[in-house]
Amino acid sequence: MRSCRRLLSELKLWTSGRRKWTRGLNEGLGGSGKAFLSTSRCPKVCIIGSGPAGFYTAQHLIKACQDVEVDIYERLPVPFGLVRFGVAPDHPEVKNVINTFTQTAKHSRCSFYGNVNVGKDVTVGELQGAYHAVVLSYGAEGNRRMGVPGEDLPGVYSAKDFVGWYNGLPSCRELKPDLSCETAVILGQGNVALDVARILLSPSDILKKTDIAQPALEALAESRVRKVLIVGRRGPMQVACTIKELREMVNLPGTRPEMVTADFEGVSEALKDVPRPRKRLTDLLLKTALDAPGDKELERRRNAAKVWGFLFYRSPTEILADPGCSRTAGIRLAVNRLEGSGDAARAVLTGEVEDVSCGLVISSIGYKSLPIDPAVPFDSRRAVVPNSVGRVHQAAGLYCSGWLKTGPTGVIATTMNNSFDTARSLLEDMDSGALDVSAAKPGSQAVSSLLEERGVKPVTFSDWEKIDSLETRRGEARGKPREKLLSVEEMLKAART
Amino acid sequence: MFAEILVKLWGCWRKRHNVIYKQFFTLKEYVQLRRYRQRSASSQVNLPFSVSDRRAAGSGGSALPCVFKVTVHFINRDGEKITVKASPGDSLLDVVINEDLNFDGFGACEGTLACSTCHLIFDEEVYKKLGPVTDEEMDMLDLAYGLTETSRLGCQICLTKSLEGMVARVPESVADIRQTKDGSA
Repeated sequence: MRSCRRLLSELKLWTSGRRKWTRGLNEGLGGSGKAFLSTSRCPKVCIIGSGPAGFYTAQHLIKACQDVEVDIYERLPVPFGLVRFGVAPDHPEVKNVINTFTQTAKHSRCSFYGNVNVGKDVTVGELQGAYHAVVLSYGAEGNRRMGVPGEDLPGVYSAKDFVGWYNGLPSCRELKPDLSCETAVILGQGNVALDVARILLSPSDILKKTDIAQPALEALAESRVRKVLIVGRRGPMQVACTIKELREMVNLPGTRPEMVTADFEGVSEALKDVPRPRKRLTDLLLKTALDAPGDKELERRRNAAKVWGFLFYRSPTEILADPGCSRTAGIRLAVNRLEGSGDAARAVLTGEVEDVSCGLVISSIGYKSLPIDPAVPFDSRRAVVPNSVGRVHQAAGLYCSGWLKTGPTGVIATTMNNSFDTARSLLEDMDSGALDVSAAKPGSQAVSSLLEERGVKPVTFSDWEKIDSLETRRGEARGKPREKLLSVEEMLKAART
Repeated sequence: MFAEILVKLWGCWRKRHNVIYKQFFTLKEYVQLRRYRQRSASSQVNLPFSVSDRRAAGSGGSALPCVFKVTVHFINRDGEKITVKASPGDSLLDVVINEDLNFDGFGACEGTLACSTCHLIFDEEVYKKLGPVTDEEMDMLDLAYGLTETSRLGCQICLTKSLEGMVARVPESVADIRQTKDGSA
């Protein structure tokens, strides 16, 4: 009988639309769903991390299962993770996903608890005791190190920290990068590297209308960086960025591209059998590097004061300091040659080196996940939690989604699909009995009392909305979409008003 | 001579209003549709456009009489066929939202050409009728899972009468187990 009702309710979900679905979810199916369905089963799921991975997992769980309750825990007082702190300020349309996340967070069966540091304020073991299932989606907060001498000199930053600095991440507030040099070198040729290059070279007029952090805006307005080199180990056919970001660089006002023609030898011939996305990207690169521009473009380039370019077949071997050994003065690059072709091509050292003088080095070679709790299995070599389709190995009731599951690459759509996969695995386990949801669990009540004992006061979603409206009001005064609060203390103060 | 003047005036009026006459059954219906559109949408529709702008402008499309509507069939990820009627001028993303079709994760960026989640696959004949693809749309389409020769982004396809009865398939959104090749966030 109960299974018949469930079948009917699932059928209703598939055939009815989103409006009906939201109404149904908010009121209970049939308007009186909760009244006649004696919910002896109330699965409680805890999600650690409130970025896209966490929210998409929550969204899928809530949509597919009528009685599941989801609690999302986040270390910072503000939600949304990299959508807030990673997406470049001049890409506001990518942040539209926040609307979907807000809808999920405001759902009656979803709760948000900010300002809770899992691993410190509460352990994963305690969460597993309070919830039927725990989903780890706390992403990648560390970064891969280059492992070269001089990496810790002033003037060398990781892209993660630089991006966090201009996006208002509280832990990167004190970065204060020195932008008084003329040349900046970015190691890595992915979308993050292009974002950094674009922000370094964008005219202030464009940046001041975005939600970039105010100290960063002021520092960039006074920046003397005029040349940005984007360095990669391999060649033009292996560049990891996508065409949209490359097009933005090519069309960036006030800048002109400058590349080494020799790097592109043999590239156009190799393009014959390549899939369309890679072909279009390489075509654009070739056109930018080799073709003579039209008159209008030539005029624009002549008037451009800033220069950017890709440097291929180079790997960093050392960061060179100035004579007083107090700051970065240059970088030593080893010259590579390519063995193999396509994505599997490897860079092999030739023995030659080249020195480039620069005052700012930003390494954009990848983010890295970190273990937050010794009870959670962690593969330190790949820096992910070992799992199969989201189910953590050798840990019942533990799941993972997002970058923690697959490694730190991919756009929001990639994370969305991977979170949906994890949610599907969780639901399958619930239905098959592999995940035991028959025994009632205390859920957030138990965790709240633990946190209260430890003096931690969580920030709820309505508290976040107070922070949100404060930031939006402050932004209006400056003609920006929002003026972000830059420290946890300010955020907590706004949340408690 | 009077007839020639009338024809010339009609030609100028057509050009001014950018009428693709064959879209509509009769001139009367076209004029009625224009009046309806002007009432319900205050902003000009220029590609690429944002769904949130159109929502803000209040265009819902559901108040139009049936004779103006275009039938569209969607095949969802389970292979089920869903038939809806939509207004000419609406994008396929608008249709999915207005008709509350329940496609997981569809239209994440709300039609601003910042994602590839509204990826749809069409038949050869329908694809040819869809018009040219801009570079910006192609750039985002390149990142879509299961890209085919007849793929388009739903937020960029505007319905016209000539697309009556078209079939759009929602592709599988799951990538295979290997890591995808698109760039980092």
